[in-house]
Amino acid sequence: MRGRPHLYVSYESEQSLLPTWTQRVIVVLFLFLMVLIPLNGGIEIGERVFQPLGFLSDNSWLKILSRVAIFGIGALGLNILTGLAGQVSLGHAFFMGIGAYTAAVLGGEVGKAHWGLGLPIWIWLPAAGLVAALVGMLVAPTAVRVRGLYLAIVTLGLVFIGEYLFRNLVSITGGSQSGRKFPELEFRWWQSEEPALAFNSDGPIWAPFNWLDWLLGPWINFPADVSEEAKTYLILLVLLVVFVVLAKNLQRTRIGRAFMALRDRDIAAEVMGVPDAKTKFEAFAISSFYAGVAGALLVAFIGRTIPEQFNLLLSVQFVAIILIGGAGTVAGTLMGSVFVFVFPRLVQDFSVWLTETVEAGGVLSSVADFFVSTSLDDPGLVSTLEGVSPGLNVSQLNLVIYGLLIVGFLIFEPLGLYGIWLRIRNYWKGWPFTY
Amino acid sequence: MIPVLIAQAAADSAVDKLVSAITNGLSLGAIYALLALGFVIIFKATQVISFAHGAIAALGAYLVAYFATVINFPGDLIGGPTWLQWTVSAIFAVLMTAVVGLVIERLAIRPMIGEPMFSIAMVTIGLDIALRIISNDFISTEARPLGDPFGTSVWEAGPVSMAHSEIAAITVTIILVVAIAWFFRTRIGIAMRATAFDQEAAMAQGISVGRIFAIAWAIGAGLAAVAGIFASLFPRASQGVSSETAFFVFRAFPAIILGGLDSVPGAVVGGFIIGLAESFAGKYLTWSGFGVGFSGIVPYLVMMVVLLVRPYGLFGTEEIRRV
Repeated sequence: MRGRPHLYVSYESEQSLLPTWTQRVIVVLFLFLMVLIPLNGGIEIGERVFQPLGFLSDNSWLKILSRVAIFGIGALGLNILTGLAGQVSLGHAFFMGIGAYTAAVLGGEVGKAHWGLGLPIWIWLPAAGLVAALVGMLVAPTAVRVRGLYLAIVTLGLVFIGEYLFRNLVSITGGSQSGRKFPELEFRWWQSEEPALAFNSDGPIWAPFNWLDWLLGPWINFPADVSEEAKTYLILLVLLVVFVVLAKNLQRTRIGRAFMALRDRDIAAEVMGVPDAKTKFEAFAISSFYAGVAGALLVAFIGRTIPEQFNLLLSVQFVAIILIGGAGTVAGTLMGSVFVFVFPRLVQDFSVWLTETVEAGGVLSSVADFFVSTSLDDPGLVSTLEGVSPGLNVSQLNLVIYGLLIVGFLIFEPLGLYGIWLRIRNYWKGWPFTY
Repeated sequence: MIPVLIAQAAADSAVDKLVSAITNGLSLGAIYALLALGFVIIFKATQVISFAHGAIAALGAYLVAYFATVINFPGDLIGGPTWLQWTVSAIFAVLMTAVVGLVIERLAIRPMIGEPMFSIAMVTIGLDIALRIISNDFISTEARPLGDPFGTSVWEAGPVSMAHSEIAAITVTIILVVAIAWFFRTRIGIAMRATAFDQEAAMAQGISVGRIFAIAWAIGAGLAAVAGIFASLFPRASQGVSSETAFFVFRAFPAIILGGLDSVPGAVVGGFIIGLAESFAGKYLTWSGFGVGFSGIVPYLVMMVVLLVRPYGLFGTEEIRRV
């Protein structure tokens, strides 16, 4: 059916994840680009050096992208619960905390001040998800009884109860004074072996992939040295892709369709044979699994953190990601995650640029001076000075903009970034006609 | 003789403990009741649950600190004793906060009419973040004293000892609850009840629903500011309004849920129940196994238990669901 991508002649093609060749090619190219980003110096194919999006290979950018991947996984989980199954939850941070501390107990170092069994990642990462899913199942019956905004506030209560528990279980969490160390991102076969794959130190990643070098060596020249940040980014990217495929797949299974039926009209869904309690049970379990894995990855990425990490603001961040991206869509969730983490960096760069403009003088200087405060007695909206200064500092400005962005998106574009993308796509689809 | 004295002293201290738990609980409950009342009025009229209440309360308390201590604005013009000047400035600041509520409603809530409830709730969360950061920036790093006339003075009668500000909190709450009850009998109040019942039918009767929304937000913000003042006075906060004030308000959520989101009497009852529960937990559940901060989560535990039994709170209207 060449040239008629919307004509489906079989159920398989209608249900396939990437129905057209254009989509398949674009996805593969996009993934290729994503993998190339961190390889400093690019890869050589024949005579040419490829280094697309090279500016992103800076370590600070790689850290942002790693965060995007971790929060992307978590947000996919919330998207399943809120976007697909329609159950409003502000308790995502609580489930992340459960996952994080499960990982800490199973994977933490043996014989230190806090509990740790020193097990490898292939145990603690799935276990973090499973334990969180179990706790999610315990919470699910509440959702059967309590609906809508009442459920939102019950899950809000979960966050506070979780914070209290984490603060007081000092032997697991280290308490709010110092926190604790978390397992490292490295692959070992069993306890305290030499890591087979270390994502947390500089140096080549290739040892287990030497065959790849041997196979492609004549044509493609891989860089010999890869930084710690790059390797962390790569493993998180792989995990993100796995979870994206799982989430995307869920939408076309029986369970996923049951979620959507429940969201659209719960009584009607029950009449059609979708069991209310069981479906909500599954929604909470799957969503919490994602949250648990994301929590474990987040703490492994940060390294050391205090229980207050898992507070209400973290939950709000996830809700913001799916609302800014567009609730109910996997692509939108990823866009939201990128937006929420890349935007603050842009604001920071912009503030620094404004300050530099003022200092450099010139035409723009007086305009920029209106917004930025460069000394203690110079009023302005934002300042890049250290310590207490007039105006907001950059992180405060970021939070204010973040809050206003949530408001703005909901008012002006309820479908989020995905809605904007849809409008752009439909414009070009119909071009030169407007419909 | 000596064992009797010890028993007497133990009985005395037990009574003291009970009385102080009750008085503390009542004054705490009064603050929660004020916050819950604001929530419920906004929810009843506009079907919006305002997560921005904490930021509004903190902003209100900051405005009181600014008007009453820094510029002493309308109080200065009136003159008279200090407490009168402070009260006038504080009332002016509360009115200013009500204006902030009006602005929020007009800019952020009005365009969202007809959207799903959760989207509007998220708008208020966004507002909460923005407002809280801005008010924290005004407050700066240290807590700001409100310059109130109550100070740390305490009124004592037998086993009862209450801070003056606690008595003021309870008195003001009673006055405001009566005023709100009276308000619902006035022309505008009846219009608000009609709007809460059915917005379209209210419009058809010539009620300006938009104006009702605005009034509800103004009242809600004003009540939040009053609660914010008492939350940053002596027994609750030693230094004045700080970045903690906004978080205090989150503990009032169990109160509104407990009473039922759309019930005005429920808000008051829920507020006092939660206040007393928290106070009693603080006094009696002191077993070291509970760890630090257990009384802070008692409101949420009470809320969850009540919700499992009555999913729409004690006085909330049960939602009738149709296919």
